[in-house]
Amino acid sequence: MIALKEKEWRVAGVAILLFGVAAMIPFADDGYYLSLAVNIVMYVVLCTAWTLFSGPTHYISLATAAFFGMGTYSVGLGIDSLPFPLLIGIGALAGGVLAGLVGMATLRLSGVYFVIFTLGLAELVRQVVTWLQVKFVGAVGLYVFTELNETHIFWMLLALAAAVFLAGWLISRSRLGFAMRIIGNDETVARHVGIDVARSKVILFTVSGAFIAAAGAILAPRFAYVEPPSAFNPVISFQVVIMALLGGTGRLWAPLLGVVPFTILFDRISASFPNHTSLLIGVAFMAVVYFLPRGVIGLVEDFLARHRKRDLARGRHISEAVE
Amino acid sequence: MDILVTGTVLGGTYALIALGLTLQYGVARIMNLANGENLVLACFCAFWLYTATSINPIFGIALIAPVAFVLNWAIYAYAMKPLVDRARDPGQLEIDSILATFGLMFIMQGIMLLVFGGEYFSYNFLSEPVRIFGENYGLNRIVALCAAGAIAVALYLFLYRTRQGTAVRAVSVNPSSASLVAIDVPRISAFAFALGGALTAAGGALLSTFYTFNASMGVIFTMKALIIVIMGGVGDVRGAVLAALLLGLAETAVATLIDPGLTMAATYTLFLLVLLFRPQGIFGRQTS
Repeated sequence: MIALKEKEWRVAGVAILLFGVAAMIPFADDGYYLSLAVNIVMYVVLCTAWTLFSGPTHYISLATAAFFGMGTYSVGLGIDSLPFPLLIGIGALAGGVLAGLVGMATLRLSGVYFVIFTLGLAELVRQVVTWLQVKFVGAVGLYVFTELNETHIFWMLLALAAAVFLAGWLISRSRLGFAMRIIGNDETVARHVGIDVARSKVILFTVSGAFIAAAGAILAPRFAYVEPPSAFNPVISFQVVIMALLGGTGRLWAPLLGVVPFTILFDRISASFPNHTSLLIGVAFMAVVYFLPRGVIGLVEDFLARHRKRDLARGRHISEAVE
Repeated sequence: MDILVTGTVLGGTYALIALGLTLQYGVARIMNLANGENLVLACFCAFWLYTATSINPIFGIALIAPVAFVLNWAIYAYAMKPLVDRARDPGQLEIDSILATFGLMFIMQGIMLLVFGGEYFSYNFLSEPVRIFGENYGLNRIVALCAAGAIAVALYLFLYRTRQGTAVRAVSVNPSSASLVAIDVPRISAFAFALGGALTAAGGALLSTFYTFNASMGVIFTMKALIIVIMGGVGDVRGAVLAALLLGLAETAVATLIDPGLTMAATYTLFLLVLLFRPQGIFGRQTS
């Protein structure tokens, strides 16, 4: 049994409460707001899973679309013969295996190699899948007909989000999490104290990839018709990076601060100005680099630190006055 | 034979793009992911020059390259320099420059999409056949290859035969030692970045004579250029040219012999092999 401190109990309580409130959303609205909520929870899962790996390592992964597509495709291929929950598991496994292979090939090398490799990974997988389908199946698209509606998808995603947070929390208290913090601070030091740097990174990348693929699998019924360009859409990779960095990657829940405002903004803009979305992503990238290098959480932390200092100063004043 | 000629033409154009990137990354230390957008922009400029004012794209380079040089100089001075000054270590600069040029990439792409829309563009320039070794090839491709070769030779002479070129190479080897021998490193970095942009634009103008392009395909070229730069060894001009030719040949071979849908897979297989067996590049030496 894991012993929790009082503070951790409080955090857990608040988290459960928030999840409970979020789970009620489908009862309030089952149209536009539910679909917006599905988008938000989807990006929460993707960004948090991304941060699991990229937060401590500072590696920028653009492979999200590849893992996501693996999940979607697993469901698309198997939906007629296997039960849906099993397919989610298969999707997660496929994503994890792909992540492990990519990690083994690239994570020993410098960060740039990794960025470049992951940048094209979705494109590569998309080409291979298309080729295989044309060659052996004769058709490119797959139909996904299920009984699942938006509400079910939302609940499943919410549960997955809870699982990601739980996994992130467990990792941070484990030996692996401790090792990752050392690697993040200084890789040379980590290597000298006997941490298998490459192995730790590969494990974490695999976990992150599996979660992303599971999200893709859960969302497959929403598409109804799955084809390579939509399943392996590279825009997802970039959006995940920008949202996670906008929120900040220093803490597990920090990406939330980026996901919620950005998803809503993106939804508004793509609804009224569909041609301006890449401009928006570009401006957001620039803004993060030049004005918010630590993300929104950096602002919050600075604000809290200043506040605390002021409180301390005021406290000293009062105690002096009393004396 | 067909594969050899077509692959060499493609590789020649890739070489110019990759040379541009290798100057930007190897000398100025900026991983410019907006490089492909630069290329596409040059395609559109060449297209516009040819259709509106009927300026021959080969001569159009004389107009496009200087403009690209100035534009890239401005990008370096106003967008990249603050990041260089701010970075505490090379890793930090790497991440910042990747993210900032991603921003640049999307902004340029967004503007081009607004102006030109998502359609494919192409124009007819010298599309008459020539006979080489008993087979027909488009004259525009052969002309493009010759122009690319001429530009590459000019670059080689500049880098290896002039003072300024030597300074550029010195900065690429070691910036801190270069500054000890009175080389103005920030100025050379800005110059290399601008020159890289101009080379890429020249490659774009050549590409547009025989290739169909649209506003959103820049990222594919960026990726190919990056792979070539890494295969050739970062900052190594000869390696970049050789790697570009190899890639052009491999892609053409796979497209003709196996399936045109698998060119990306060919590129990646090559890249993966290099990463696994020679991560320092074809001519690179083991560093650490």
